[in-house]
Amino acid sequence: MTVTAEDLTRQATEFLASHDPHDTAPLDFLRARFDAGLAWIHFPAGLGGQNAPRALQSVVDEVFTEAGAPDNNPRRIGIGLGMAAPTILAFGTPEQRERFLRPLWTGEEVWCQLFSEPGAGSDLAALGTRAVRDGDDWIVTGQKVWTSGAHESQWAILVTRTDPDVPKHQGMTYFLCDMTAPGVEVRPLRQITGEAEFNEVFLTEVRIPDTQRLGAVGEGWKVAQTTLMNERVAIGGHVQPREGGLIGIVAKTWRERPELRTPELRDRLVQHWVEAETLRLAGTRLRQQLTAGAPGPEGSAMKVAFSELNQALTGLEVELLGEEGLAYDDWSFRRPAIVDFTGREAGYRYLRAKGNSIEGGTSEVLRNIIAERVLGLPSEPRVDKDVAWKDLPR
Amino acid sequence: MSDLLYSDVEEDLRASVRDLLKDKASAEALLARVETAEPYDLKLWRTLADEVGVAGLAVPEELGGHGASAREVAVVAEELGRSVAPVPFLGSVVLATTALVHVGAREFVGRLATGQAIGALAVPLSTAPGAGFPSSVTVSAEGTLTGRVGTVADASVADLLVVPAAGPDGPALYVVEASAAAVSELVSFDLTRRVADVRFSDTPATLVAAGPEAAAALEQALLFGAGILASEQTGVAEWALTETVRYLKGRYQFGRPVGGFQSLKHRLANLYTDLVLARAAARNAADALATGTDVPIAVAVAQARNAPIAVHATEEAIQLHGGIGMTWEHPAHLYLKRAKADEIALGTPGRHRARLAELVDLPA
Repeated sequence: MTVTAEDLTRQATEFLASHDPHDTAPLDFLRARFDAGLAWIHFPAGLGGQNAPRALQSVVDEVFTEAGAPDNNPRRIGIGLGMAAPTILAFGTPEQRERFLRPLWTGEEVWCQLFSEPGAGSDLAALGTRAVRDGDDWIVTGQKVWTSGAHESQWAILVTRTDPDVPKHQGMTYFLCDMTAPGVEVRPLRQITGEAEFNEVFLTEVRIPDTQRLGAVGEGWKVAQTTLMNERVAIGGHVQPREGGLIGIVAKTWRERPELRTPELRDRLVQHWVEAETLRLAGTRLRQQLTAGAPGPEGSAMKVAFSELNQALTGLEVELLGEEGLAYDDWSFRRPAIVDFTGREAGYRYLRAKGNSIEGGTSEVLRNIIAERVLGLPSEPRVDKDVAWKDLPR
Repeated sequence: MSDLLYSDVEEDLRASVRDLLKDKASAEALLARVETAEPYDLKLWRTLADEVGVAGLAVPEELGGHGASAREVAVVAEELGRSVAPVPFLGSVVLATTALVHVGAREFVGRLATGQAIGALAVPLSTAPGAGFPSSVTVSAEGTLTGRVGTVADASVADLLVVPAAGPDGPALYVVEASAAAVSELVSFDLTRRVADVRFSDTPATLVAAGPEAAAALEQALLFGAGILASEQTGVAEWALTETVRYLKGRYQFGRPVGGFQSLKHRLANLYTDLVLARAAARNAADALATGTDVPIAVAVAQARNAPIAVHATEEAIQLHGGIGMTWEHPAHLYLKRAKADEIALGTPGRHRARLAELVDLPA
């Protein structure tokens, strides 16, 4: 029996009747919502869901939003929700699912991601953080980078090298790492914007119990693929109104500041307006495909187009501001909890947008993915495929 | 919220059109035809009309059509674009029929909807939505037409011409039997969609609308045409990408398929990205035309975006094919010519951007 939108609306309404959101402590409310199977409805029963179609999540969320119920601040726990949770669900033991999923969803435990390393960016499978077995534990030593939210996280998903003698994709193992364990050191990584949105994480003989291993020894790459696939789903899913993104900010400035206008800037602005609108439509279309149960391969293409547009548009915005573009709001070394593209000024947006074509898959890697997986063109030569990890040039 | 997907019915329609075109509009047949005395394939046109009903697709049932919407018309346009089929779909179904349906000219619509007659809208193909009502054709006291209209799409095979003319009391819309006018086909840049000069000299004509109704009918036809053209451009771009990918997988140089070189892979990935965006814009325009919501903005966005995408995709197809892409015998040039002509048709991207800037309040 498939659950329908009506069933879910009724369940959510009944839940609200017995748990007054204004009269229940937020954490208690969220825990109860999880236990009622109304958290992430496509998850299994007992783990916050009821195996319902994922497309109906918005039905439930709307009922709770309209009732003014507390939410789990999804932007703050995005990595947990979007990456850690689906991976734990797919590969976790019953004990691991039971232990981690509930506090992850309620936001009691924040998660970060320990994947990239200074020597393993686009080529993530080259990573070298070593995990060595020691009785019932593993001893982990290495350096991770580009970890957003590491300083606020209790837990991390971590990929390590457990066998350096086999080719790079084979010798990896995936762990759930306690960020408060001895040997975990988080250092802010200052960016060109002045702030430190990311961290470097140094792991020095960190002891991780084997019960926190996710998936089999040597299967880390397979587990990591699940995490990364879910990252793309999470990125692609948002539907915006017209002028909902950065274009809205620039268009507003344009309307309010006639003294800044020139014909040449107007041509470029209208071009970008068209690009933003078609990108929005393509995002809406992708979302409609997902809802109809036929996800397409368009996500990578949209990420490429989004990066280019953001960079062009933020560049235009600084130029449009003229004299004001010569000033910057704040270079001070801060550690923001979330990236705030709209809360800062044009110069910040311009600088931050430079990262859009690097983070979450560089545009060049994404173009390879489109060419190879969507268009079926020959793969790039893989000279490292049959070489033991320890023998790779670096 | 616009529905940007293709319904099952629309996919079925696409499949029937594609099947037909695969048999009857191969690249070889197209090339063989373009320099003959019959550049249009009217046999194919009649088959499309009889077997798939494309002529009266979006005509209401009470006027003798199939009662479908712009969404279905757009799907057909996409497929015809994929094969640059030499049929008068744009001139007859998209432009002339739309204007006549708007004014409820029952008898003429009936003839066009069955495919029995072919129509053309007597405006230069470059006319953009929002352009002023044309005045190059005037009306005499007896109600006959005199004047000249250049570059009319599909006019050389038309039986009926829908003619905007400056009447004694302002805009008026007439229908003229093409045999009564002087129609001369130009040597057209687009080999698979011809344009013609049309001259009237005291030509008998039937008045079908006057005043604001005539102006509204013309505007509706131009908007519909520009919106549907975005789907044709999507089809053209899709052909360019698909065919180029196919060729580069099989073309070997330096001992490997040239499609394996990263510089070429990335150019193809960029074409794919463009196609994803073009499809969304085209579907949005078709849906807007079908529901009557947000039409001017949706159409302007789709034209501003898709016209350059189709041009770029076909230009890349020529470049990436290398030498063979420059030859007459390879069909890529037919697509380049269609894409470049489409860029001018029904308003250049620049005109659509200018209109859009007004519509969405981005003042000069």
